[in-house]
Amino acid sequence: MKITDEEVRRVAELAALALRDDEVERMAKDLDSILSHIDKLNELDTTGIEPMAQVLFASDETATLREDRERPSLSNAEALANAPVSGNGYFKVPRVIER
Amino acid sequence: MKNYTIGSIREGLLKKQYSAEEFTRQALEHAERENPKTNAYLTFSSVRAMAAAEAVDRKIAAGEDPGALAGVPVAVKDVIVTKGLRTTCGSKLLEHYIPPYDATAVIRLEQAGGIIIGKTNCDEFAMGSSNENSAFGPVRNPCALDRVPGGSSGGSAAAVAQGTAVVALGSDTGGSVRQPASFCGVVGVTPTYGRVSRYGLTAFASSLDHIGPFARTTGDAATLLRVIAGRDEMDATSASAPVPDYRDALNGDVRGLKLGLPREYFEGLASDTGDRIHAAIETLKKLGCEVREISLPHTQYAIAAYYIIATAEASANLARYDGVRYTTRAASAGTLAEMYRETRDEGFGAECKRRIMLGTYVLSAGYYDAYYVKAQKVRSLIARDYAEAFQQVDAIVAPVSPFPAFKIGEKVDDPVAMYLSDIYTITGDLAGIPCMSVPCGLTPDGLPVGLQILTKHFDESTMFRVADAYARAST
Repeated sequence: MKITDEEVRRVAELAALALRDDEVERMAKDLDSILSHIDKLNELDTTGIEPMAQVLFASDETATLREDRERPSLSNAEALANAPVSGNGYFKVPRVIER
Repeated sequence: MKNYTIGSIREGLLKKQYSAEEFTRQALEHAERENPKTNAYLTFSSVRAMAAAEAVDRKIAAGEDPGALAGVPVAVKDVIVTKGLRTTCGSKLLEHYIPPYDATAVIRLEQAGGIIIGKTNCDEFAMGSSNENSAFGPVRNPCALDRVPGGSSGGSAAAVAQGTAVVALGSDTGGSVRQPASFCGVVGVTPTYGRVSRYGLTAFASSLDHIGPFARTTGDAATLLRVIAGRDEMDATSASAPVPDYRDALNGDVRGLKLGLPREYFEGLASDTGDRIHAAIETLKKLGCEVREISLPHTQYAIAAYYIIATAEASANLARYDGVRYTTRAASAGTLAEMYRETRDEGFGAECKRRIMLGTYVLSAGYYDAYYVKAQKVRSLIARDYAEAFQQVDAIVAPVSPFPAFKIGEKVDDPVAMYLSDIYTITGDLAGIPCMSVPCGLTPDGLPVGLQILTKHFDESTMFRVADAYARAST
């Protein structure tokens, strides 16, 4: 196996996913088969090749920025309209700091 | 509805055979009646559609140009935001999400007189090749109701094929416009990366995401692309290159055009699909194209590179669905950290979780260089393969998918097999070049096959020229 159940639990923690025990087992199996396929990349010698992070990154055609100016933004009510819990103009979340 | 095109609707409106209001009301009724067969639409937008239709009628009455898409019923994939109109991304997390703004492509198509009649089903957050990963049930292929329409833009492809929309918007990250277009027998276009603004397209893998049109004819796809393409200051990666009138390229003349057949794309092709592709190539030869074999030697590494890059970007992009600002929230939440985890565990489907996990893993400490940077270097090699090929040929022709539409449920248990089926579409996205699927007949079982046409950056005109010439010769 390329990935253990323990590693799956650690990655789930990083990804803020609460996987159930049966999900962990299934995930380990799926990731193992995907990572085995991905190993194919090691056949290639990529010494001296530049990583490509973005299409046409250095191109004049796309590398442009808009003018920085003041513009209207969403109102407080619009920004909160889809929140599952809000109040007093804020997003409400469970208590973060215990007193 | 199936016989209408952008041009025929315009003619009907200008000759006063019907008003935009009458036509839109009929289109909505037809779409709502037919939808249970395929589940292509998740939401209908009758109020917005009727208001847009009224605006078209007012322009016509005032003697103004009603726009290039006047009165045309358009379906929009539910990963593209629409102000005041529910946008779910095929996810339980966004089941009740009402966006506070419109995507740029949506604004442009409505300014051109297009009528958005509804939002279409898709794989959750555009992750999938079969539309079976939607939280709102799979879409059925209108050509064979027990089969998938392809994915992830399955609802948009099905709506156009079924005749419940004339054109549609989809999004393509690894083949999500072209593959469903090929499965449903319609035209699907992935333009050059940056050709259409991504503002308002829910991010999956930002360096690979494209908005692209579906249509029943190449001409209609060309018209829709011209309307939505062009620089947008809300997307820094949108291209400022001028947008030509793609319809000027549709003159049927492809004599002397050099077409490349990548030998790597003809290995492992199912014979019923291969037969249709070879017949299409013969047609193009008869039209005067010079066909030669070429090689894109790094094709075999594309899936591996793609599933590292796309999932790495997705793991970052999907971090925002946390139960605070716009998603549903898990009821049992205790602490903030538990609330995040439980909201995401309940809300995301299995495929999204798989990709978030893979993306988080390849970016995690100790693996970043071995996976992520390695994949980006391979991406360079794939882009270079294309750049070299386009020094020899004007366009590349290839299959879209190794096989036609498969049965619903047939491949759900094997995620790797599903990923491997994207082999012919993923490379175009990695290189950022324009590519499209144009229908090229049916298998002996009556399933549509798509011919893929790829050209160099910003040369959509040549791509449309080949597709249109082929379509004219084959009908």
